[in-house]
Amino acid sequence: MSRSIIDHLWLIPAAPLVASLVILSLANSRRKSAAALAVAGQLAAFAMSAVAFLPTLRSDGFRSTHNFAWFVFGEQTLRLGFILDPLGVAMLLMISVVGLCIFIFSVGYMAADKNFVRFFAYLSFFSGAMLGLVIANSLLLLFVFWELVGLASYLLIGFWIERPSAAEAAKKAFITTRIGDMGFFLGMLWLYDRSGTLLFYDGGRGCLEPAGLAMLGGSATLIALLIFFGAAGKSGQFPLHVWLPDAMEGPTPVSALIHAATMVAAGVFLVARVYPLFSWGALDGVTPSLTMVVWVGVTTALMAALIAIAQTDIKRVLAYSTVSQLGLMMVSLGVGGVAAGIMHLLAHGFFKALLFLGAGSVIHGCHGEQDIRRMGGLRRSMPATFATYAVGMMALSGVPLFFSGGWTKEEMLHVAANWPPSRAPYYLIAIGVILTALYMTRQIIYVFFGSRRAAAKQAHESPPVMTLPLVALAFCSVFFGVVLTPAWPWLHGYLTGESVRFDPMRLIQPIFFVSLALVGAGIGLGAWMYRKAGAQDGDRPAEIDPLEYAQPALFRFLANRMWIDELYARTIVAFAWASARMSDWLDRRFWDGLARGLGAVGRLLSIFATGVDERGINAGVDETTMGARGLGRLLSLAHAGRVRVYLGVLALGAVALLLFYAWLD
Amino acid sequence: MTPTLQSFLIVSAALFSIGLLAALSRRHAIFVLIGIELMLAAANLNFIAFWRFGPQQEAPVGVLIALFSIAISAAEAAVGLALVIAVYRHYRTTNVDQLDQLKG
Amino acid sequence: MNSAAFVLISILMLGAALAAATLRKLMHAALCFALTFAGLAMFFLLLGAEFVGLALVFIYIGAVAVLIVFTILLTRRDAVKERRFSWVGAVIAVAAFGTLAWSILRTESVSVVAHRVPPLTVGRIGEALMTGYVWPLQCTGVLLTAALIGALVLVMEEKQ
Repeated sequence: MSRSIIDHLWLIPAAPLVASLVILSLANSRRKSAAALAVAGQLAAFAMSAVAFLPTLRSDGFRSTHNFAWFVFGEQTLRLGFILDPLGVAMLLMISVVGLCIFIFSVGYMAADKNFVRFFAYLSFFSGAMLGLVIANSLLLLFVFWELVGLASYLLIGFWIERPSAAEAAKKAFITTRIGDMGFFLGMLWLYDRSGTLLFYDGGRGCLEPAGLAMLGGSATLIALLIFFGAAGKSGQFPLHVWLPDAMEGPTPVSALIHAATMVAAGVFLVARVYPLFSWGALDGVTPSLTMVVWVGVTTALMAALIAIAQTDIKRVLAYSTVSQLGLMMVSLGVGGVAAGIMHLLAHGFFKALLFLGAGSVIHGCHGEQDIRRMGGLRRSMPATFATYAVGMMALSGVPLFFSGGWTKEEMLHVAANWPPSRAPYYLIAIGVILTALYMTRQIIYVFFGSRRAAAKQAHESPPVMTLPLVALAFCSVFFGVVLTPAWPWLHGYLTGESVRFDPMRLIQPIFFVSLALVGAGIGLGAWMYRKAGAQDGDRPAEIDPLEYAQPALFRFLANRMWIDELYARTIVAFAWASARMSDWLDRRFWDGLARGLGAVGRLLSIFATGVDERGINAGVDETTMGARGLGRLLSLAHAGRVRVYLGVLALGAVALLLFYAWLD
Repeated sequence: MTPTLQSFLIVSAALFSIGLLAALSRRHAIFVLIGIELMLAAANLNFIAFWRFGPQQEAPVGVLIALFSIAISAAEAAVGLALVIAVYRHYRTTNVDQLDQLKG
Repeated sequence: MNSAAFVLISILMLGAALAAATLRKLMHAALCFALTFAGLAMFFLLLGAEFVGLALVFIYIGAVAVLIVFTILLTRRDAVKERRFSWVGAVIAVAAFGTLAWSILRTESVSVVAHRVPPLTVGRIGEALMTGYVWPLQCTGVLLTAALIGALVLVMEEKQ
C-alpha cells in the first residue's frame, strides 16, 4: 500500500499544476470555472496528502523513497526522486490546508479584480510548485521547484502590472532571492562533485546518509553554508531580507500564502531537510555551519522585531513580523531543535496566514486603506474579523496554554536555553518574544480599539466567503496546539521518530513560566505604551505614534528600516549600475569603434582596389589599345598605294636577301 | 677570249638591272610593263645559258622552261596592257603615281 | 663560240635596253624595246637554242611589241611629262646589278667554257613537251586561254 502511495506521490503537486495550466487556457470571463478548478486542485492535493499521511503514522522514523533515472549522459545517470516522510507530509498538509483557506478567501477578495482568472492560475501554479518542493528527494529536484516557486512569487508580487511599485518589488524579490540561489547552486554543484549523487536518501548511497556525508570530508561546512545562503535568501534572513517587506505590493492573499505561510518557509524547510549535512561531525550538537545559522537567525529576529514596532502599514508590520519569526525558526534549528523549529513553522503557517487574511479583510472593509493610523475602533464594526484577528495575534505573541503559538514558542525557548556554547541566543530571543508581543499589541490597538478614524468610519464587515476561512484558520491556530503540548508531544515524536506517551502531568514545564512572563511583559508594555494610540494625548497630536513622540530619532531609525535598503542602494545597486554603464560605454565606444574601424579598413581597401582598377588596369588597357592603334597607323604607312614604291621595296628586299645569302657563303 | 658562262650571266644581270631601272624610274604604266618584260627576258637568258653550259640531259630542260616563260610572259603582257587600257579609260591617266587609291 | 660576236650582240642588246628604259618619247622606247629582243634572239642563236630564239622573235617582236605600240596609241591623250629623273630607281638598279655581278664573279663553278653539244632539234623539244612535260603544256594552254578571255573582259566596252 505505501509502495503505491510513494510511487504516485508526484500526483500531489501535479493536481494544482494541471489546474493551473487549464485555468491559463480559460478566457477572462470564466471566473467561476477558474475558481472552481483552483479550489478543486487544492482539495485534491489535500485529500491525497491526507492519504499519504496514513502510512507515516505506522512506524518510527518512517522514510520511503521513490527514485528514478532522469537522464543518462555517458556513464553517469542523473537520478531524481520523491520522498515520503513525516517532515514532508506535515508540510504537505499545512500547505494544502492553508492554501485551501486562502483560495476560498481570494474568491471574495479578488472579486472586483478584472484579472481574476490569471490570479487563480498563478496561485495554483505556486501551490503545485510548493507541494513538489517538500516531497523532493533530490537536491536538484528541490532546486527546480525552488526556482518555480520563486517564479510564482515574482508573477504574483507583480500581479498588478499597471503599478510600477509592484513591478519594482517583484524585480527586487527575484533578484535578491537569486543572489541567494547562486549560493544554493554552488553548494549543490560542490556536493555533487564530492559525493557523486544529489539524492538525499538512496538506500544508503544518498548524500545525506552517512556514507555520502563521509565523502565530503571538510567541505561539508562550506557546502552547508552555501546552501544556507540560498535558504537565507528565500526566508528573508539578514542580509537578504530586504525583498520581503516590499513584496507586500502584491495582493493580500498572495502575502498570506507566499510570504507568510509557505514560500518563505521553504528556506527553513530546506535547512531542516538537509540537516544531516549541517550537523555532520557535530561535537556536542554544535558545528560551525549550525552556529552560523544561529547567529544569522538571532540577528534577523531582533532586527526585524525592532523595525516592526515603527511601521505604519498594516501589512508591513506583519511582513517584518514574518521575517522575525523566521529568524526564530532558524535559531531553533541551529541550536538543534529541528522538531521545535518545524513545529513553529507549521503553527506559524496557520496563524500568520490568518493574520494576513484578517488584514486583508480589514483593508477590504476600509475600502483599500492600509495605514493603521487611519483605522480604529473596528472591533465593533468588524466583529468576526476582530475575533479571529485577536486569536491570531495571541498565537503569534505566544500566549501560552490556549494557542499553538504559545506551545511552540515555549519549546523554542527551551531548546535555545540548552545550547552548550552560549546562552546569548536564548536571552536575545527572549527579548524578541517580548518585542513580538509588543508590536502585535500596538497593531491591534491601533486597528481595532480606540475611536474610529478616517476610513474606518465607513467600515463594514466582510462577506462570509472571506470570514469563514478566517474562522477555519483560527480554529487551526488553537487546536493545532493540542498535538504540541508537552503533555502529549505527538508532533514532536512524529517528526523525530521518538515514541511519545500522553502524560498530563508534564503539561506545565519550568519554561512555561518564563514564556508566560515574557509574553505578559510584552503585552502589558504594549498596552500601556499605546493605550492612547491614534488619539490625541496631551501635547501629542493624534497622528504621531507615542514612541515617535517620545524618541523621534529612534523611531525614525526604525521606521526607515534601519536604512539598510538605502545602504544597499548606495553600494551594491550603485555598483551594478556603474558596471552596466561601463559595459555600455565599452560596447558603444570601444567595440563599436573597433567594428567601425574594420569597416573603414574594408572601405579603404575597396577604394584602393577601385583606384587600381580604374587608374591601373583601365588606363593600361586604354594605353595598350592606343598603342595598338598607333602601331596600326604607323604600319599602314607602308601602304603607299603606289606601285613603284612596292616594286622598289621588293627589289631592295631581294637585293638584301641576295647579299645575305652571299654573306652566308 | 671565249665567253664563259660567267660573262653570259653578267650580261643577263645587266639586262635585269636595266629592266628594274625601267620599272622603277618611269611613271608611265607602259614603261613599267616594258621593264617587267626586260626582266623576264633576262631570266630566260639565264636559263638558256645554264642549259648550254651545263650537263646535257635527256630533255632540254632549260629550253623548255624558257619556252614556257615566254608564253606566260606574253600572256601577262597582254593582260597587263588590257589593264592599262581599262585604267586609262576610267581614270584618264597612265601615271602610276596617280593610282594610289589603296593608300593606307 | 665567237667572243667578238658575243661582245657585239651584248653591246647591242644592252644599249637598246637602256634606250628603252630611259628614252623620253614613248614610241621610241617601244621600238628600242623591240630591238632589245632582237639582240636577245641573236644571243639565243649564239647559244644554240635556235627554236627559242625564233620563238622570241615571233612572240616578242611580233606580238608584244606591237601590242605595246597599240596601247601607246590608244592611251595618248595626256602626254606624260617627265620631270626630273628619279635617282632612287637608279640606285636600286645599280645596287641590284652590283650585288648580282659580285656574286656571279665570286662563284668559280660558273667559269666554264662551252663544250660541244649535239644540236638541239625541234623534234626533241616537241618530244619532250609531249611526254615529260605534257602537264605544264596543258596548263600553259589553259593560262593562255584565261589571259585571252581576261584581257577581252578588261577592255570590253561597258554596255550602257
